[in-house]
Amino acid sequence: MKKILVLALALIMALSAFSALAEITVGIVNNPPSESGYREANVKNFEEVFSADNGYVAKTAYTLKNDEQLQYAQQFITDGVDYLLISAAETTGWDAVLQSAQEAGIGVFLFDRMIDCDPSLFEAAVVSDMANEGDLAVNWLLAQGLDEYNVIHIQGAMGSDAQLGRTGALDAQFEAGTMNKVVQQTATWDEAEAKKIVESVINSGDAFNVIYAENDGMAKGAVAALDEAGITHGVDGDVIVMGFDCNKWALRELLAGNWNYDGQCSPFQAEVIDSMIKTLEEGGEIEGLNEKGQIINEERGFDAKEITEEDIETYGLGE
Amino acid sequence: MARKGSLAARLRSEYSQLLVPLIAIVLIVVFNLIRDPGFFSISVAQNNLGNAVLQGNLISILNGASELAVLAMGMTLVTAACGGQDISVGAVAAIAGSVFVKILRAGATITPLTVALGIVSCCLVAMLFASFSGVLVAVFKIQPMIATLILYTCGRSIAYWINGGATPTVDSPIITGIGSFIPGVPVPTPILIVALMAVIFGLIFKFTNLRLYVQTVGINQGAARLNGINAVGIKLLTFVLLGACCSVAGVIGVSRLSLINHETLLLDVEMDAILAVAIGGNLLGGGKFKMVGSVLGAYAIQALTITLYAMKVPSTDIKAYKAIVIILIVAVGSPVVKEKSAQLWKKLTGKGASGRIRREAA
Repeated sequence: MKKILVLALALIMALSAFSALAEITVGIVNNPPSESGYREANVKNFEEVFSADNGYVAKTAYTLKNDEQLQYAQQFITDGVDYLLISAAETTGWDAVLQSAQEAGIGVFLFDRMIDCDPSLFEAAVVSDMANEGDLAVNWLLAQGLDEYNVIHIQGAMGSDAQLGRTGALDAQFEAGTMNKVVQQTATWDEAEAKKIVESVINSGDAFNVIYAENDGMAKGAVAALDEAGITHGVDGDVIVMGFDCNKWALRELLAGNWNYDGQCSPFQAEVIDSMIKTLEEGGEIEGLNEKGQIINEERGFDAKEITEEDIETYGLGE
Repeated sequence: MARKGSLAARLRSEYSQLLVPLIAIVLIVVFNLIRDPGFFSISVAQNNLGNAVLQGNLISILNGASELAVLAMGMTLVTAACGGQDISVGAVAAIAGSVFVKILRAGATITPLTVALGIVSCCLVAMLFASFSGVLVAVFKIQPMIATLILYTCGRSIAYWINGGATPTVDSPIITGIGSFIPGVPVPTPILIVALMAVIFGLIFKFTNLRLYVQTVGINQGAARLNGINAVGIKLLTFVLLGACCSVAGVIGVSRLSLINHETLLLDVEMDAILAVAIGGNLLGGGKFKMVGSVLGAYAIQALTITLYAMKVPSTDIKAYKAIVIILIVAVGSPVVKEKSAQLWKKLTGKGASGRIRREAA
């Protein structure tokens, strides 16, 4: 009896060892999906790509706290994962953990957020260029060829990456004099506050023909104020409405012609990392990195006149 | 003659408390009239749904302050009975709003019935969460600010669990009717909801002893108990009423934009609500209260915000300007300044404050 048991145990161990050989184990350290619609899509993207179907065993840890993230990363290193994928809560404090990963021969990929450390400590970083996202939107706006640009600019939480990138491009236009700043005010991502800001402009009687809101929610708030005042907006409307994030509901507003443009800081980085891991596994080398070891994510912007139902399904966040 | 005098004195003592919020509002109004005489003009516009609606800064102020005004009503009661403030009102409103959205999205279409069901259930849920804080305060005698810190911290996460997605939307003419305009009514619906809440509280105070009981518990809980008032029950009741106010604020907030963002819905409103109570001349340590004062305080805060927006104060400076004005308002309402100004008034007129001093001595 004992012999059979030992044999069975040995068989199980051998089997599990075999399966471990066939699969690639990745440890994913990310922020929790509840953080934002962006994060929700980001987490989902990674869980889909690094699934058993694609030959991966994924261990995941989601927390907003940097110290907890460090502990999880250390745990994954001890567990002996093959690759560590990190979206860090904070940019600092990671050197020791990344060093021990390197000593253990574990490949590290950063995504979405950079870490302040030597580029030799990680294989590659797939990050967004927030300034690029703003430029894309402002270039689209310039291409509309309006006679005059009178812009209501509703900003996100001041100092956040997204706000800085989305504001920078527009500020350059204000300074160059190609666009007029009717009002520039922060609503700290708050939809209701955005509505109040637009209301106050309408009440003051100042003319405007563009609303540049730094996320979808604030664009929706702005549009609510326009609707109450009887001002037309969107395709063929008096006011151009621009938002960011590409929530599915926002893209549907585009499709319906109520808004004009929606830009996106793409949360889909898993495919890029997946292909890089495959390259490494086949003994190849990762190419196309800049001097900081980064690959810049491809950003998107959708025009209401061109968007399709398929775009909404593929790139829209949330439901 | 003596009777008339006592009536005047009574009126003065009853309503002197409202002086501070009224002065604050008058100052903001005068400032705006000097700055831009057209600031308070109201016009009629045709909205995109084809209804004639009122429009103007005054409407924006009254409309925009609705959630704050409703929350300030509930906050006044909790403050008066418990001698402390609930800092979880924004989070509880986010939970209530999420429940509202969840119920609306459960059915295939949004009908008056699902909306009614949504309002009732989100009200019950908010009351439940508020009574959790209430039990901690009333039964376990934990400081209100500490007790409500729990929901302040985790409330918005709970709101996230209810719906999952970051910003679920609910598009329906009924919801637009609640948050914006009912077809044929030119006044924004949130203003009407505040009026309705004011009437409800007015009736409660008229036909029950709630005001007396709350004040008694707030002034001296031991004495209240000896007089047969269930102090624990009264405190709990104030929290439950505040919960109901949170759900109303949550429903208004969601309906305004037909969307819920659990992270930003009524963000930081708890501080404004406490401030409204303070500007209203209510003692933050509990006891006597005037709900009207808190509501006026709420409108004063909103008037200030709209003024700053109209002046196009840069984003980065707006909070600093707000803080300066609020320091002034609160300082004017402080006992020290009040006493000094009463003395000054006495010196100038040779009377005035004497009546008050005599009354206090009596």
